[in-house]
Amino acid sequence: MHKINSRRDVLKLAGAATLAGMLPSGKAFAQAAGNVVVIGGGFGGASAARYLKRMGVNVTLIEANATFSTCPFSNTVLGGFGKMADITHNYDGLKRAGINVITGTVTGIDVAQKRVTVQGNTTPIPYDRMVVSSGIDFKFTGAGALAGYDEAATEKMPHAWKAGPQTELLARQLTAMPDGGTFIMTIPNNPYRCPPGPYERASLVAHYLKTNKPRSKILLLDGKETFSKQALFQGAWRELYGNMIEWVAFGQGGNVSRVDPNTMTAFTDFGQHKGDVVNVIPPQRSGRVVDLAGLATGDWCNVNQATFESRTVPGVHVIGDACVAGAMPKSGFSANNQAKVAAAAIVASLRNQPAPSPSLINVCYSLVNPDYGISVASVHRVGEDGTIISVPNSGGTSAANASADVRKLEAEYARGWYKSIMQEMFG
Amino acid sequence: MSLRTLASCTLALMALGGIAQADETAPAVLATACFACHGMDGKSPGQIPSLTGKTKEAFSTAMKGFKTDQIPATVMNRLAKGYTDAEIEALATFYANLK
Ligand SMILES: Cc1cc2nc3c(=O)[nH]c(=O)nc-3n(C[C@H](O)[C@H](O)[C@H](O)COP(=O)(O)OP(=O)(O)OC[C@H]3O[C@@H](n4cnc5c(N)ncnc54)[C@H](O)[C@@H]3O)c2cc1C
Ligand code: HEC
Repeated sequence: MHKINSRRDVLKLAGAATLAGMLPSGKAFAQAAGNVVVIGGGFGGASAARYLKRMGVNVTLIEANATFSTCPFSNTVLGGFGKMADITHNYDGLKRAGINVITGTVTGIDVAQKRVTVQGNTTPIPYDRMVVSSGIDFKFTGAGALAGYDEAATEKMPHAWKAGPQTELLARQLTAMPDGGTFIMTIPNNPYRCPPGPYERASLVAHYLKTNKPRSKILLLDGKETFSKQALFQGAWRELYGNMIEWVAFGQGGNVSRVDPNTMTAFTDFGQHKGDVVNVIPPQRSGRVVDLAGLATGDWCNVNQATFESRTVPGVHVIGDACVAGAMPKSGFSANNQAKVAAAAIVASLRNQPAPSPSLINVCYSLVNPDYGISVASVHRVGEDGTIISVPNSGGTSAANASADVRKLEAEYARGWYKSIMQEMFG
Repeated sequence: MSLRTLASCTLALMALGGIAQADETAPAVLATACFACHGMDGKSPGQIPSLTGKTKEAFSTAMKGFKTDQIPATVMNRLAKGYTDAEIEALATFYANLK
């Protein structure tokens, strides 16, 4: 018989046994005993539930809302060419796949008893392992909050950083804005959900204004000195929108220290700016439900980056925006890929087998107009120190000098990505 | 080695800390990362090409062409550089076996 002479060999064999069960063809796998509860039916949670189910696990998904509106492509609604219906999805596909979907808000997590309480349900739901993909919440009070910006202020100065009614409110405000008006966006320092998101939004708002209100201005007040895909965005802005978009870096007066929703004013270190529409992207933290289980250290949740198991609560995996994932940005794409890694690790643990070694990708597409797409890509592994790294000499942004045809192709592929990932998540 | 030895090795390793790790990335793990664009099991519902119905040779020729910038691409040239030639072969075999 083959002689086992290294740790590597043992693991190879054990790994092979594990993976026989996770071939994604969905055929001939051993059932993995155990109940997994997934909190959150967004990019991470819906993906995790679907992959766990495929691998034979009993899954209960708990999501606060009956439908999910995606942030990806929500900027097309502001651009005037997308509809809320295009970005809103229900959980019927997950139910059809045999996932127990509970619509309700998690109000209690008992990590000792391994049970979750849902608002309005008297019987707690037991779990063997849990996945938490609760996304972000905003810092409305306390350290790191933006002065003047609380829950009530969001009705006057929408964030639209969770898609849904806030997206519609911001779109209505844009529609009502006079030609020649000023659209202000305040952008927080890192880390926040979707690093290129503010700049895609600025682009598509510019597209809307150029088409409908060409004398208007866009002012971006940024809490950073540089931003994602900066050269590509700024090049495209000049090419497509002339001087419509003004970007102010942190040190140049971009740092917003306070807002006043009554006068629609943003105050910076250097002065004050009054807008007709003010879109405040507030400072962020992990979705608050993590506090019920003590999962966060500071704003975010530390995990074993190879399995996404919490560093503070064993048996609970935190994925998506809520976790710290090394070199991976907070994106829907990342959350989806992390869900697959966590699902494989959970199935392995339910079978008392070692977790497979992870491999992850992130690609963030941005539209600068409906026919102009750019992207940033990265391939990830877990490095020697246990954190997620980018594979050297891979990834990067779209070419600086690409032709209009290539930009158009990338816009098409962005729509293709959306179709694929929505099918993966929602069936 | 017997299954029992394997199991006890595995358990011993797992006892070292949380879930143990295998140190080679399996083809299924490499491949599921691609589904976000190419569709679940490589069947794309949209504008990105499907990865099913390709021979192993066609698949690895495409990936290696992307990796060396011999085949023009919008994004695959950047992604393919993240994989070793051995991983590309493993991916090619994996996808060729998908229905
Ligand atoms: C404008 C904009 C554009 C973006 N564009 C892109 C893009 O093009 N590509 C990309 O990859 N990413 C994009 N993103 C980022 C992406 O939206 C997030 O990174 C992604 O949603 C994170 O997934 P998640 O699972 O962590 O959280 P979410 O997708 O937000 O899911 C969290 C879910 O948990 C639920 N939840 C929270 N608390 C509870 C509770 N107590 N009980 C029950 N349910 C609860 C919420 O209702 C929510 O449905 C964009 C973001 C924005 C704002
Ligand atoms: C961000 C989306 C995205 C991801 C992630 C992605 N691909 Fe692609 N893939 C594309 C696009 C778009 C094309 C068309 C070529 C181009 O423009 O890059 C393509 C083309 C291909 C082709 C050639 C197909 C043909 O018919 O010519 C292969 C093979 C391929 N990809 C393999 C993979 C593998 C393997 C992975 C995962 C390791 C992967 N892709 C991940 C978007 C993606």
